Amino acid sequence: MTAAAPILAELAWWMQTSLRSIGVLVAVLIPAGTLVYVFLFKMMSFMQSRLGPMEAGPWGSLQLLAEVGKFIQKEDIIPWRADRKLFALAPYVVVAAVFLIYLVVPFGPDAYFVNFDVGIFWVLAVSSVSVIGILIAGWASANKYSLLGGLRAAGQLIAYELPMVLAVVGVVIQAGTLNMQGIVDAQANGSIFGWDGIGNPFILTQGIGFLIFLIAMQAELTQTPFDMPVAESELVSGYMTEYSGLRFLLFFIGEFASAGAFAAVAATLFLGGWSVPFLDNDADWMNVVGPLVLLTKMMFVAFLVFWVRFTYPRFREDQLQQLAWKILIPLSLVNILATMALKVAF
Amino acid sequence: MTLTERQQRAYIDSQAADMRVNVELETDEGMTLNMGPQHPATHGTLRVIAKLDGEQVVWADIAPGYMHRGYEKLCEVRTYPQVTTLINRIDWLGSFANEVPFILAAEQLMDIEAPPRARYIRTILFEMARIANIVLFLGDLGVQLGAVTPAFYAFRDREHVLDQIESVTGGRFHPNFDRIGGLKDDLPKGWIADTKAVMERMRMFCDEVEDLLFGNEIFEARTRGVGVIPADVALSYGLTGANARASGIDWDLRRDGRVAGLAHDDVDWRVWTHPDGDSFARCWVRLQETREATKIVDQLCDKLPGGSIMAKVPRIIKVPAGEAYVETENPLGAMGYYVVSKGDLGPFRVKIRSASFSNVSVLPWLLRGVYVPDIITILASLYFILGDIDR
Amino acid sequence: MGKVPAPKVPGLVKGLGVTLKTMVKTTFPARGIKTLIPAPSVGSATVQYPHEKEQPADRARGVIALKEDNCTVCMLCARSCPDWCIYIEGHKDTAPPRRPGGKPRTVSKLDRFDIDYALCMYCGICVEVCPFDALFWSPEYEYSELRLADLLHDKDRLGEWMQTVPDFEPYEAGSDQKVRKVPR
Repeated sequence: MTAAAPILAELAWWMQTSLRSIGVLVAVLIPAGTLVYVFLFKMMSFMQSRLGPMEAGPWGSLQLLAEVGKFIQKEDIIPWRADRKLFALAPYVVVAAVFLIYLVVPFGPDAYFVNFDVGIFWVLAVSSVSVIGILIAGWASANKYSLLGGLRAAGQLIAYELPMVLAVVGVVIQAGTLNMQGIVDAQANGSIFGWDGIGNPFILTQGIGFLIFLIAMQAELTQTPFDMPVAESELVSGYMTEYSGLRFLLFFIGEFASAGAFAAVAATLFLGGWSVPFLDNDADWMNVVGPLVLLTKMMFVAFLVFWVRFTYPRFREDQLQQLAWKILIPLSLVNILATMALKVAF
Repeated sequence: MTLTERQQRAYIDSQAADMRVNVELETDEGMTLNMGPQHPATHGTLRVIAKLDGEQVVWADIAPGYMHRGYEKLCEVRTYPQVTTLINRIDWLGSFANEVPFILAAEQLMDIEAPPRARYIRTILFEMARIANIVLFLGDLGVQLGAVTPAFYAFRDREHVLDQIESVTGGRFHPNFDRIGGLKDDLPKGWIADTKAVMERMRMFCDEVEDLLFGNEIFEARTRGVGVIPADVALSYGLTGANARASGIDWDLRRDGRVAGLAHDDVDWRVWTHPDGDSFARCWVRLQETREATKIVDQLCDKLPGGSIMAKVPRIIKVPAGEAYVETENPLGAMGYYVVSKGDLGPFRVKIRSASFSNVSVLPWLLRGVYVPDIITILASLYFILGDIDR
Repeated sequence: MGKVPAPKVPGLVKGLGVTLKTMVKTTFPARGIKTLIPAPSVGSATVQYPHEKEQPADRARGVIALKEDNCTVCMLCARSCPDWCIYIEGHKDTAPPRRPGGKPRTVSKLDRFDIDYALCMYCGICVEVCPFDALFWSPEYEYSELRLADLLHDKDRLGEWMQTVPDFEPYEAGSDQKVRKVPR
C-alpha cells in the first residue's frame, strides 16, 4: 500500500470517501457473515451434537444469504402505538456505532481507514453510541417486554463500560500511546522484562486485563451470561421483540458485526493485531497478510466469546451489576496499579 | 345461529370480567405484565398476570384454562379402552404414567390382579416415563435460565428412552399399552439388554448435566434461595412430587401409597429429599430421582419373572358398579383417578386429580416480592405441564 | 501430614469442558484410524431427512393395513374407534352351500372400508379388537398428502399397506405368549 498511498492521495476526495465507505462495508460484513456461519450455525450446532443448517449451499454456507433474502422481503410492521420515527431510527444507530469502530482498527502497516492519535479512546467512546440505539428501540416499541429489555440494557451496558475502559488503561500504560497502530507496534517490537523473542503481546503481560476485557466485552455484546436485555426465554427478544424484516436483520447483523469489531479490537490490544513475530512488519506484502492474520486472531477471540455464550446460563440483573461494580472494577484498578508499578520499575 | 338473550348477556359479562382484570390493574400504580398464554417460559398456555414495581413483583395471579379439553366429560362417554387412549394425552410427556392409576382403579373395581410379569413391566415403563419426562425438564431448565446447550443433550439422549418405549408399545409419546388385567403385549426379543444400555446412557447424561448446569456457579446464583417454599406452606397448598420432597417432606407414593399394582416394593431404592425448599432443591431432587429411576429399571430388568402378561378377563369388559380412587407417584407429582362405575362398558364419572394443578396453585403466594427473572426460575423449577393443569 | 485434597475444578470451567468435549466428539467421532479426519455428519445426532432415514421399530404405529379377505363386516373396529374414523359399508350376499344339497349360506361382503387418517388417533384399539385378524399395524409413516381429503384411505389403499406389515417378532425370554403370524 505504500506504493498505492501517493495514488490514493491524488484521488478526488469524493472518490476516497466512497472507497473508504465500500471498504468499511466489506470490512464489517465479511467478519459478521463469517462469525454467523462459523460460530452461530456450525460451532453452536457441533457443541449441541447436531449439524446446523445444511441445505442452503454446501454445508449450509449460503444460509445467511438465504436469511438475508428472507428478511428483506418481509412486511414492514410497526406497532400501532410505537413512536414511528424513533422506531425506525434505532437499528441504524446501533449499526452506525459498529461501523465507526472498524474505522480505526489497523489491518496492516498501511492498511487502515483512519489513523487517529486517540484510536482506542475513539473506540471506547463510539461503542457507547449503540447503547442509545438499544434504549431507543426498547422505548419506541410500545411494548412492556421491550421496555423491560431496554431498561435492563441501559443499566448493564453502562455498568460494564467501566471495567472495559479500565482494562484498556493497563494496555495503554504499557504501550505508551492511545494510537492503535502504536499499540500494535509496541507489541511487535516490545520486550517482556527485557526478553524480546516474541515481542510483547499484551495477553501475556496483561493477562488479568485480558480477562476483564473479555468479560466486559461479553456484557457489552449482550451475550449470555449477560444477555438479560435479550433474555430469550423471558422477554421473547427484549428490545428487539417488535422488530421484524429488514429492521431485525440490521439488529442481527449489528450484533455479529459488533462481536467481530470488539474481537478485532481485543486482538489488536492484546494479541498483537496484524503483526506476527519473526515476520517483517513493514513490508508491503504485510498489507495483504495482515488482514488475514487479524481475521484469524479475531476468530480466536470470537471463539472464546461464543464458547462461553453457548455454555452458561444467564445472570440476573442485580447479580450482573454486583459483578461489575464489586468485582471487576476493583480488580481492574489493582491491575492498573500493578502495571504502573512494574512499568516504572522495569 | 342466534343466541338467547341469556347467552348473550353471559358472553358480554365474561368479556367485561376479563377486561376488568386488565383495566383494574392498569389504574393502580405499577405496571401489569401479562405473561400471556403464549410465552416461551410457561410450558404451554399458562397465563401469569403480574403487577410489577420496576423489576419486582407486587402481586401475581395465574389464569389457567386455556388448554381445557374437557377430559372428565369425555371420559363419561367413552369405553374403558377408549378412555385409556385419551388419558395418555393429559401429561403428554409422562406417557405411560397417565394410564397406570386409571387402570389400577378399574382393576380395583373388578377385583382382579395383574400377573407379576405384567406388574414388573408396568413399573419398568412407569419409571421410563419418569426418566423421559424429567430429562426434558432438565434440558428445559437450562433454556429457561439461558443455557441453550443442555436442552439439546436432553432431547438427544431422551430419544433412546423413547425408542425403547416405541419398540415395545408402538408409540413414542402415547403408548396406550396398559389394559385392565395386564398389558397389551409382551416385550420383544432383546429389549431387556437394550434397555439396560439405554439406562447407562441416561446416567451418563445425568452426570453431564450435573457438570454443565448444576455445578455452574451462575446456575447456583440464580436458583439458590429463589422461591423458597417452607414445608407447611407446601403441605397446605397440596404440593406433591419433587416439589414437596424438595421442601423436606418425606412422602413418596411409590413407597407410602396404598397402591398394589406396581412393583416398587420388590426393588431396592431410596427417596430423595432436600431441606431447603428453594429452586435449586427442586431441580436437584429431580436429578437424583432420574438417577434413582434408572437404577430401579435396571433392577427390575434383572428380576423380571416369566409368565403371562394378562390375567383372565372377559373379552368385553364391564366393570362392576362401585367407586375407586387410586393415586400414584407420577413424574409431575401425585396423580389420581376417582372412577365411578355403574356397571357399563365405560365409566360413569372420572375425576382426575392432576399434580400440576395443585403445584401451580402456590404461585400467587410464591411470586410476591420476586424479581422478573426469578419468575422464570420458579416456573421452571416447579415444573408443570399445561395438559396436566387444564385437562 | 494429612492428604492434600484434590483441587476442585470450578463449575464454570467444567461446563466449558463439557461443551468443548461434545464439539470435539461431534467433529471427530471415534472411528479408529480415521478419528483425525473431521466427519461431523457421522458424529452428530442429526439424521438428515430426507437424504437419510431412520428405520422405526417393527411395532411402531405408522399406518393400519387391511386384509380384506379376513374381514366379515362385524363392525367391531368402527364401533370401538374413539374418533369414529372408520367408515364401513357392507351387504349380505348368498354363497353356494358348502356341500351339495345343503342350505345356501349368507356371507357379508365388504363394500367400503375407509380409514380417515386425518382423524385417526393411532391408538390401535381397532387392530386389537378385530376378532378375525383383518387389521395390522405397519411402521410406514411417509404418506402425507397435499390435500386433507387424500388422507382418507380406501379399501384398496389399505390393502396395499399389507405389503409393508412386518412379521411379528419373537418375544423376550420368560414370556409365555405365542407369536402370531401375519396372513399374507
